[in-house]
Amino acid sequence: MSSFNIYMCGVGGQGIGMLAEVLSRACLDAGHKIMGCDTHGLAQRGGIVVSHLRIGVEARTPRVPDGNANLVIALERLEALRAADAMLANSGTVIYYDTIYQPIHVRMGKTSYPEADALEEKVKTRGGKVERVQLDGIEDPRMQNVALLGRLAATGVVEGVSAQIIEQALRDALPAKALGANLAVFEQAAEKIDQQ
Amino acid sequence: MAKLKDMLVKRESWSDLIMGNYAVARAMIDTGTRVITTFPGSPTPEIAAALDSVDRDKRDYYFEYSTNEKVALEVAAGASLNGHLSTVFFKSVGLNVASDSLIQLALMELIGGMVIILGDDPGANSSQNEQDNRWFARMSYIPMLEPANPQEAYDMYREAVRLSKERRIPIFLRMTTHVCHAREVVKFNGIETGAPDWTPGFDAANGPYVPIVSAVFPLKRKALAKLADFEELGNECKLNEALAPNGSKPVDGKRLGVISSALVAMSVLENLEETRASVDLLKLGITYPLPRKMIVEFLADRDEVLVLEELDSVLENEIKAAAWDAGVDCKILSRKDREDFMGELGPRRTMKILSDVWPSIFDAPAEIVPSKEISPRLPQMCPGCGHRSAFHAIRKALEDDTITVADIGCHSLGFMPPYNMGEVLFSMGHGLSTASGLSIGNDTRKVLTFIGDSTLIHAGLPGIVNAANHDHNITLVLMDNGTTAMTGHQPRFGSGEVGDKIPFVPLLEALGVKFIRETDTYKQATLTQHIRDANAHKGFAMVIARHPCMLKFTRKQRKDMPDLKMPNVRVDQEKCERIYECVAEFGCPSFQKNEDGSVTVSEELCIGDGSCLQTCPAQALWRPKPGGGK
Ligand SMILES: Cc1ncc(C[n+]2csc(CCOP(=O)(O)OP(=O)(O)O)c2C)c(N)n1
Repeated sequence: MSSFNIYMCGVGGQGIGMLAEVLSRACLDAGHKIMGCDTHGLAQRGGIVVSHLRIGVEARTPRVPDGNANLVIALERLEALRAADAMLANSGTVIYYDTIYQPIHVRMGKTSYPEADALEEKVKTRGGKVERVQLDGIEDPRMQNVALLGRLAATGVVEGVSAQIIEQALRDALPAKALGANLAVFEQAAEKIDQQ
Repeated sequence: MAKLKDMLVKRESWSDLIMGNYAVARAMIDTGTRVITTFPGSPTPEIAAALDSVDRDKRDYYFEYSTNEKVALEVAAGASLNGHLSTVFFKSVGLNVASDSLIQLALMELIGGMVIILGDDPGANSSQNEQDNRWFARMSYIPMLEPANPQEAYDMYREAVRLSKERRIPIFLRMTTHVCHAREVVKFNGIETGAPDWTPGFDAANGPYVPIVSAVFPLKRKALAKLADFEELGNECKLNEALAPNGSKPVDGKRLGVISSALVAMSVLENLEETRASVDLLKLGITYPLPRKMIVEFLADRDEVLVLEELDSVLENEIKAAAWDAGVDCKILSRKDREDFMGELGPRRTMKILSDVWPSIFDAPAEIVPSKEISPRLPQMCPGCGHRSAFHAIRKALEDDTITVADIGCHSLGFMPPYNMGEVLFSMGHGLSTASGLSIGNDTRKVLTFIGDSTLIHAGLPGIVNAANHDHNITLVLMDNGTTAMTGHQPRFGSGEVGDKIPFVPLLEALGVKFIRETDTYKQATLTQHIRDANAHKGFAMVIARHPCMLKFTRKQRKDMPDLKMPNVRVDQEKCERIYECVAEFGCPSFQKNEDGSVTVSEELCIGDGSCLQTCPAQALWRPKPGGGK
C-alpha cells in the first residue's frame, strides 16, 4: 500500500486555501489519516499557488513527490497542464476548471497559452483521465473551487470521500449567507457528470 | 467551526487539523510563555498572526512585532533576565541581523528560560538564500532541537521550555518551511499555568551579566560546561531515537544504518517503509550538541552508516570526528553529488541518495524533467499596486546605463520583466549603501536604488545617515505603501498602527537628507520628473513614492463595504491601436491579450483603480463612472 496523493494548484486569489481546507476536513471525516501543506510566501495575486494533501499512514512528509499525484485538482488550465506534466502519477486523474489566467510571458508574446487539447494529450501519455469543469452562469468566479469539489464528489476518486461528506464539510466551512449559492454550484457540477 | 483564536486559549486539551506554525503558537500559550517577540518573515508569519489574533483580554502573554530581529531578540532576552519565560521567532536570515546579541546569550543565566524559533528555508522557497542555521548553534553554544512535523514542533517546544527553564539557557527550535506549513492532526495539552506573575525578578547576583575582561572566561567556562551537560542528556533522551522499521537484519552480510534528522529523516523513513529495506534509522531530535555516545554506539553496531542531511555537512563532519576519536570500525558514507547539498530533500531525493550509496538495495527514481514548452508563470505585483506605477514612471527617467540596485520587499519583483529594474540584491536595507559604494569615483553612470517603508525602519536608517552625511551621489526611492506587504501586511512602525505616526520628511531632514521630493505613485508624470530632478542633483537625493498597498486596501474595502463595486477598466476597441503599452510595458495582470490581437480586461483581476488609464498612448483605456456613463 502507498499513500493517495492529491495535488491542488491554481493562481493566487482563486480560493485554493478553502478548497484544500474543505477537502482535508472531508478526508478526516471519512476516517483517513492525512498530512498536507499549503505554499505560502511569494503567493501574490497572479503567482502560482499550490496545496498538497496526502492520505494514508504511509505519508510521513507533507508534499506530494513529483510524478506521484494520484489526483490533480486545478483551478486554471495552464496550471492544470503544468501539474499534469510534472506531478501526475501514471493513470492519475486531473479535475480542472477551464478558466484562463494569462501569465506575463504569454501577454508579452514570449510564450503561448495552451489549448485544452494539449492537456488531454499530456494526460493520455500518462494513461490518466481528465475531468474538465466549466459551468454556465457561475455568478462569482470565486465559487469555481466549489464546482471542482462538486465534480470530485461525483467521480468518487477519493476512497470514502462521498458527496455527503464533502457537502457537510462545505456547510461547516462556509458562512451561512454564502452557503446557498455555493451548494447550488456544488450540485450543478456534480450533476453534469451524469450527462457525459 | 470554532475560531482559531478561541482554540488557542482553550484551557482544556484538544486536538485538530492544524499547521506547524499554529501548533507552536498553542505551545507558547499552554506552557505559560509570557513575552513573545518577532519580526515578520516567511516561513513563520502565521505564528505571529495566531498570537496576534487572540483578544487582548484573553492573553496571558505580551506579544510584539519589534522593529527588527535584533531588537526582538533583545526584548525577549531582557524579559527572561527578569524571570519571564520568553520566545523570539523569525525567519532564517533574521538570525544574521540578531546575531550580535545572540552570541552573548549562552554566557548569561537566563532565569526565566528562552526559546528561539528559527524558520529556516531549505529550497529558498521565500528567502534570498537557504543558509543553514545549524552553524549558528555551534558558534553561539546554544542547543538546537529540530522537529519533523507539527506534532513534534508542539512537543519539542514544550521540551525546549522545560530544559531551558531548568538550565537557564536559551534553546533553538529550528523549524523548516515545510514543518512550519505542514498540516496534520495535532494533540494539544491543556493550559497548565495560572495567572502570570509579573514581579520583576532581575538580580545582578544571578550574573555576572557584563562580559568584560575578567568575566569573559568564567562565563565561557560555564557555557561550555552547560553544553557538555546537555550532551549527556541527549545520550539518554527520547528526542534522539533509533528506529528499525524493517527489523535489523544484515543485508548481504552487512548491517546498515542511516543517521538523519527532522523532515529529511521522515523522507528516509518513507523510503525504508516503501522498500522494506532492512536499514535502521537514527533520527536525531537534538542536532546540537550531538549525542556522541549514542551515535558511536549506533555506528559500532553497524558496518555501514550513511549520514543523510539537508544543506551543509554539519552532522557528517561531527559524526566522522566522533567516530575517529572512538576508533569505531564502521564505514561512514555521505552525500557525494554537489546538487544534493542544495534544496529540500523530499522522499524522491533521499531515495536517489540511498541508491547512489547502496545501488543493490535501492533503485533511483525515474527522473522527471518538466516540459520546457509550458509557459512559466512568475509572481507579480497585484493589480493596482503602487509599485507598478512607480516602476513604469521611473523607467522613463533613466538613462540606459543607469545602475539600479534592488532591495527587499514586494518591489524586489521590479527586477523581472517588463520593468527590469534592480540589478543587485543582498539583504534588507542594503540597497542605498551598496549603491553608495557603486557611486564612488563614478562620474559617468547614475546609480538609483529602492527601499521599502518597513525596511527603512528595520535597517535603513544607519545607511541613510551615512549616505546623507557623506553625500553619496545616488538617488534613493522610498517605496512607501504604508505596510509590510510582502510578508502579509504586518503593521509598519510610523503608519499609526503601532504607536504614533512618524512623518518621514522631517525625520529624513533631521538625519541630514537635503534633497527630498514626494508624490503619490499614481501621478506617474510627476514621479518621472522627480526622478529626473533627483538624478540631476549632485549628491544624495531621495524621492518618496507613495501609494497604499492595494491588496490590503481592497481587502479592507470588501470587508467594510461588501456591496461596493468599483467599475472595471475597459478597452475601447475602436480607439485601441494595438501598441500593447498596457500589456507589455505597464504589465498589469488584468490585461489579457487575445488570439486575434485584441486586448481585454479581466473582470476577475481588475480592481478598478485606474492607474493604467494614463499609460495608453492611444487613450483607449477608460473606466465608467461609479454611477454609470463615461
Ligand atoms: C532580515 C530579514 N528579515 C525579514 C525578511 C522578510 N521580508 C521579506 S520582504 C519583507 C517586507 C518588506 O516590507 P517593505 O520594506 O515595507 O516592502 P513591501 O513588501 O511593503 O513593498 C520582509 C520583512 C527578510 N527578507 N530579511
